[in-house]
Amino acid sequence: MVGGSITAFLLLCALISLFWTPGEVYGISIATRFLPVSAQHWLGTDQFGRDILSLLMAGTQNSITVGVVAVSIGLFAGVGLGLLASARRGWTEELIMRFSDFSFAFPAILSAIMITAILGPGGVNSIIAIGIYNVPVFARLTRGSANAIWTREYVMAARASGKGKFRITIEHILPNILSILIVQATIQFAIAILAEAALSYLGLGTQPPHPSWGRMLNEAQTLMFFQPMQAVYPGGAIALAVFGLNLLGDGLRDVLDPRLSRKR
Amino acid sequence: MSKTVLKVSKLVRHYPLPKESLFADPKFVYALNGVSFEIKEGKSFGIVGESGCGKSTLARNVMALEPTDSGSVQILGEEVVGKTFNELRPLRQHFQMVFQDPYGSLDPHHTVGRIVAEPLAAIGKLPSQEKTERVAEVLSSVGLKPTDVDKYPHEFSGGQRQRIAIARALITKPELIVADEPVSALDVSVQAQVLNLLRDLQDSFGVTYMFISHDLAVVEYLCDEVAVMYLGSIVEKGRTEDLFASPAHPYTGILLDAVPKPAAGKKRKRIQLSGSVTGQTEKRSGCAFRDRCPMVDDRCKRETPTLREVAPDHFAACHYSKKMMEHGLSKPS
Repeated sequence: MVGGSITAFLLLCALISLFWTPGEVYGISIATRFLPVSAQHWLGTDQFGRDILSLLMAGTQNSITVGVVAVSIGLFAGVGLGLLASARRGWTEELIMRFSDFSFAFPAILSAIMITAILGPGGVNSIIAIGIYNVPVFARLTRGSANAIWTREYVMAARASGKGKFRITIEHILPNILSILIVQATIQFAIAILAEAALSYLGLGTQPPHPSWGRMLNEAQTLMFFQPMQAVYPGGAIALAVFGLNLLGDGLRDVLDPRLSRKR
Repeated sequence: MSKTVLKVSKLVRHYPLPKESLFADPKFVYALNGVSFEIKEGKSFGIVGESGCGKSTLARNVMALEPTDSGSVQILGEEVVGKTFNELRPLRQHFQMVFQDPYGSLDPHHTVGRIVAEPLAAIGKLPSQEKTERVAEVLSSVGLKPTDVDKYPHEFSGGQRQRIAIARALITKPELIVADEPVSALDVSVQAQVLNLLRDLQDSFGVTYMFISHDLAVVEYLCDEVAVMYLGSIVEKGRTEDLFASPAHPYTGILLDAVPKPAAGKKRKRIQLSGSVTGQTEKRSGCAFRDRCPMVDDRCKRETPTLREVAPDHFAACHYSKKMMEHGLSKPS
């Protein structure tokens, strides 16, 4: 419930920021720089005179886009590969899993940095990088949980009635691992937001002047002692989003189990 | 002379074990060592044996759920071994299976209607109207309400779940149902209900059962013929009443002896079986049962006994079947 409301709140912020923000996001006005908290600027302004609340709201939009796209890339490719490995077994499984092991050997951020180094820095490339990092995560999880389902008697019953592997995968395997995947997706969503913030902080992700929580942190860093709250706001936003998504994942797991949900 | 529904001959299945080292010879578990039997239409054929003797492997091979090493399985005269999965699909409506665990054999995410209709869905495109009618029909024949179709498996008890599993097996009107320990996961009172249901279904639909169990009482109640398996081979086979009245293999004798019978004030002398079967990993000559047999002597180590007819329609693989049938279990004098 709490996780759901935090996530809903963030979504709402992103939606509102599409049409309206309390202040200017792209406009620079030196005259209004470093304004304190006031009725007009609820969280004050930064060194370029931009309204911090507006930047945060627009940054939500950016973070959600990154999360959705990166997790989708991971889900589609990873789950597909995982299901294929589990249904085919043999050398197909071996190939896919060893490839996952190979990509796991690199820490998340490091591989993202590597990919942006190849593709060049930028918002879209950082999303692709994070998405690619997500593929083996989902491939592994899917293959592991799907293998467990393949040994169940109901799958054997489906085989005995003449269903092929593809149909069994769609009709039995996928529904039975879906809740695990959704929970993992929310966690990966949170990780993607963190990764994007980290990449932007390093200057490899979203490029100025587009707002991003990570870049806000980066810009606030130099002003750490002078204007500490400027770092606290985007940091808090990142923490809130990650916390909310993790709670949402836990909640979803309970809701998606037909045995648990019906008892409530 | 009724027709033969299932004919299994010289079925062999060996499972490779993981190698101990890279250059070690591959080892195998000999799960099935040339099993042969036939089941006539409308009969129930029981297969008994302790765990690890290859009963379930036999079921999976008859159902063509795993590759068979050699031998043949003919269902209604059609060879099953060696066919690909796709070639077998149209055949599968003639033989269905009921599994042991009614909690594990029904997909928790599917409704009862969908579970029961699964074999129909697998075969091909049947009009959904017809499918719904068939599901309702088969549900009522196993004693469930046609309104149960929209419920999920977790809303049913173990006995009811097994009824759902039986309904699923029945929906294609199969000639043969392979039942792998269908009642051993159930309470004794529920066991009786399910067994009676299986009997009633046989009377009304003329279905043939290959019934696997470790419970001799259950087999005695339901089956016309019985085969006793030990370490991947049939050691004794015959009509249920003959086999129960005068067992011709010491293993059968010991199994029968272990069945508790109410006999007031009478102390029974019991020969207990020591040790357990963990699956045979090496082939050796002589009788497979010799290490645990109370009647063992030198001949059992030298010669491997083969299945031979000891009485009309009664087969046993023991050198001392005659003695066994006349005097029962006894130590060689």
